[in-house]
Amino acid sequence: MKFDTVIGLEVHAELKTDTKIFCNCSTEFGAPANTHTCPVCLGHPGVLPVLNQRAVEYAMKASLALNCEIAGETKFDRKNYFYPDSPKAYQISQFDKPIGENGSLEIEVDGYKKNIGITRIHMEEDAGKLTHDEYDDHSLVDFNRVGTPLIEIVSEPDIETPEEAYAYLEKLKAVLQYTEVSDCKMEEGSLRCDANISLKPAGQEEFGTKTELKNLNSFTNVHKGLAYEEKRQEQELLSGGDILQETRRWDDAKKETTLMRVKEGSDDYRYFPEPDLVSLHINEDWKNDIKATIPELPDARRERYMEEFDLPAYDAGVLTQSKNMADFFQETINEGADAKQSANWLMGDVNGYLNSNDMELADTELTPSSLAKLVTLIDKGTISSKIAKTVFTDLMEQGGDPEQIVQDKGLVQISDEGELKQIVDKVLENNPQSIEDYKNGKDKAIGFLVGQVMKETKGKANPQMVNQLIVDGMNA
Amino acid sequence: MERITKDQVKHVAHLARLSITEEEVDTFTEQLDNIIEFAEQLNELDTEDVEPTTHVLDIHNVLRKDEQRPSLDREDALKNAPDQEDGQVKVPSVLE
Repeated sequence: MKFDTVIGLEVHAELKTDTKIFCNCSTEFGAPANTHTCPVCLGHPGVLPVLNQRAVEYAMKASLALNCEIAGETKFDRKNYFYPDSPKAYQISQFDKPIGENGSLEIEVDGYKKNIGITRIHMEEDAGKLTHDEYDDHSLVDFNRVGTPLIEIVSEPDIETPEEAYAYLEKLKAVLQYTEVSDCKMEEGSLRCDANISLKPAGQEEFGTKTELKNLNSFTNVHKGLAYEEKRQEQELLSGGDILQETRRWDDAKKETTLMRVKEGSDDYRYFPEPDLVSLHINEDWKNDIKATIPELPDARRERYMEEFDLPAYDAGVLTQSKNMADFFQETINEGADAKQSANWLMGDVNGYLNSNDMELADTELTPSSLAKLVTLIDKGTISSKIAKTVFTDLMEQGGDPEQIVQDKGLVQISDEGELKQIVDKVLENNPQSIEDYKNGKDKAIGFLVGQVMKETKGKANPQMVNQLIVDGMNA
Repeated sequence: MERITKDQVKHVAHLARLSITEEEVDTFTEQLDNIIEFAEQLNELDTEDVEPTTHVLDIHNVLRKDEQRPSLDREDALKNAPDQEDGQVKVPSVLE
């Protein structure tokens, strides 16, 4: 029996405002516990929340960038629940009139394109941070994060594979970063994702029972968690079992989902209109003003890089996935470097370095200017690409001017034919067997001889010239 | 006709984290039933073409600028906390 998979994602993104959504406390990450609170965000009696204009405008900007219709009239509602991370015992959120609805996001997976619907985007306030002490019977609460503005982005159940879920998240993150409404740092909790997944017999209209996945603290884990859950549900159904509506937790150490709790009935949050806040009217002028602030989005930039710099679709896609990378590339080109060479460095060595050191571009000492100079030095033949790799590590870790580093370390490529010929002759003289091999048709011998010359010159010899000189020498 | 059941009263009490006795359940069931009955008078009105009222004040778009102002000192912020540790509010263990 075949099954169709149905996945829906709920993404929470913290908006990068300076202050909280309903008070003037700072939203700075990492401040000492409980130093960014006030009577409003602590929910003291008698206080009045006042809405942060920038939070509304960022929510609007994100909604527009995700092709949503903007509500002409929107409002806030109370969601009531008791939990120690919420000092008011309710969260101010939006229930029946979200700021944005009916949006969409185009994703591309394995060469096919697909639109994922966005049901709604609403504004709400974040909760505090709870730390559980496993050894002692208590939890600690830091209220700094309480009241940080969030948008919750709810997808339609249009996602059919874990790969599509991954692509959707990557694209969503890119759009939120390009529009500069959120940092989208999962490690700091400024982007969080919950996933719903259900299976149904192939072709059936009616959805199966879904499970909800929590603790998905990276896009990779969203992918892994969904892939595991898809398999688990399939096996359960094939063996005649039932899927229970439950919340499951992704355990990254065990690579499996484990039961957190079974949902009994629907949550009873008793939403009602927030009496402390008046409604919000958004007219065409305001909407158009915000629309005008939306910059070039990832898809448009990708198209432009393909046309303007003649880059393959793949390269342009990788480079424009994050705004930081796309901007870095653009600035490198503006410094006069060759586009394809710069793209290769960024996608290869730079990305490799960032991934293996778990860093962001901004954490390194590399600048668009230093990368541009490095690329140009290779282009002009001043250094070989092999030498460039050693200079590259310096640029990432210490920074500096590549020209200066090359001078100081004596790394300039040897392109003097006379000098190279002497070395080549010596190598040929010491390796008569290789010449013999070459004459017997073993072309591999050339590689060995080039390697010997490189060894003699500590890698500084111009490889094309060495190659030619060796072939000439052996045929002489 | 019964407008509210005892089970519903117990459920609402639980949601509000109120501990009530069986006698109180009886009392509140009766009182809440009366309140709902009173409110039901509104059903006599035809509200077919009336927009739901979400706020009694006829104002909208009350917004403030995104400008920081000083927060409370931590010591003051924690004054109402039943218990504290390392500058944080200490609460009974909550594990999901």
